[in-house]
Amino acid sequence: MEKRNARHAREIVVPGDLLDDSGMTAGNNAYVRDGKVYAGILGVKNVYHDAVGVIPLGGRYMPTTGDTVIGIIEDIGPSNWLVDINAPYPAPLHVNEVPWKVEFGDTSKYLNIGNVVMLKVLMVDESKKIQVTMKDSGLRRIEGGQLIEMPHSKVSRVIGKSGSMIQMIKNLTDCRIFVGQNGRIWVDGDENAETAVEAIKIIENEAQSSNLTERVENFIKKRLPQKKEDDGEGY
Amino acid sequence: MSGHTDMVLVDKKGMRIDGRKTNEHRPVHIEAGVLSNADGSAYLEIGKNKVLAAVYGPRECHPRHLQDPTKAIIQCKYNMQAFSVSDRKRPGPDRRSIEISKITAEALEKVVLTELYPRASIDVYIEVLQANAGTRCAGLTAASVALADAGIPMRDIVPAVAAGKADGHVLLDLNKEEDNYGEADVPLAIVPSTDEIVLLQMDGNMTRKEFDKAIDMAFGACHEIYDIQKAALKERYAVSKEDDGDE
Repeated sequence: MEKRNARHAREIVVPGDLLDDSGMTAGNNAYVRDGKVYAGILGVKNVYHDAVGVIPLGGRYMPTTGDTVIGIIEDIGPSNWLVDINAPYPAPLHVNEVPWKVEFGDTSKYLNIGNVVMLKVLMVDESKKIQVTMKDSGLRRIEGGQLIEMPHSKVSRVIGKSGSMIQMIKNLTDCRIFVGQNGRIWVDGDENAETAVEAIKIIENEAQSSNLTERVENFIKKRLPQKKEDDGEGY
Repeated sequence: MSGHTDMVLVDKKGMRIDGRKTNEHRPVHIEAGVLSNADGSAYLEIGKNKVLAAVYGPRECHPRHLQDPTKAIIQCKYNMQAFSVSDRKRPGPDRRSIEISKITAEALEKVVLTELYPRASIDVYIEVLQANAGTRCAGLTAASVALADAGIPMRDIVPAVAAGKADGHVLLDLNKEEDNYGEADVPLAIVPSTDEIVLLQMDGNMTRKEFDKAIDMAFGACHEIYDIQKAALKERYAVSKEDDGDE
């Protein structure tokens, strides 16, 4: 979804719009009828090599294997938790997939309803059954900090090209930030956390405009005048 | 179709009581994304009809037994507000609204790529705020804009419009008087890119010739409404883009 190499004019397409009739293949969110490619969702037309597709402007988050997401525990079973990850389906987290040794029935001692956890999507099968795991480096239960929710389609702007945006925010504000692919973002830090949150809000509101990284950088620097340039490299 | 009137619904010049020609539909206004709590929404006015549509999902399907392991189901609720007609409408579902909910859901099922979301449900709510004949078409038109606004994958957007017969003339997009005192009412919804029919009903009597003429007019009007639907969706994001630039 994040392949946006050649920047063409941003053309908004609606379902049923003709994308191409010169023999290109259908990319994401597009379909072929009679050899012509049509848009299958509301979004921005995107040409990538010889495929033409649509980058959605909204819609539900659909998990794919390997995504890192932030989930909220919804329900507890004797050997698993049900986690809400903003997807159309609940994601079960089995006791084998957490970094602790959990006795049968002791699940609520480790994670309780309302707890927030970092997860990785282990598997999504063709019937869209989801499995998530916490057994990976850096995945843990989240305590403290702030949770921001935004449409998942805007997450790629928060991360930026190969992480440039998020790295810049982390460097400047000295905050710990974890971006979930499902549109949930966790921010934790000292006095600068507010600034980081506001910067992310700016990205959310202006996700469609260009030169965002520069403007967000200027915004943060304006908000943190007391900070000298050189000690921003911490963390 | 039921009552009788001395009213001249179509005069000698072919002018109707609201000043339209026989092949003219009422002015349509559509706005997408009017509600913030629903995943997608649309507000539609066609003549004196005012309709609001909201979409949730795809989300987990409740009750469980309605789930389909191969595709998402579309659940539609068409509801008329008590104040939508001149005599107070008794609130709550009735035979008519259940029928309209069913046919709307079935029409939308044809365009939504339901197989992408097995076991899920997509919920569509249509609220008629003001009715002046043709609300099922207005509701379906609004609902398909709301679905696209919700970012739900679909093949095309569905426009709908009614045609009918009153005072011996074949008319497009009947209004209240023409519907009540006319001879026939034929609502039609199509998939514009393929010209497939997803909804076709008929109430009253027409000859085959008149029916063909009515369908032809309705097809033409559907394509016009389709352009308005697309413009409404594009405008929603064009505006937000400008706003972003200003901030």
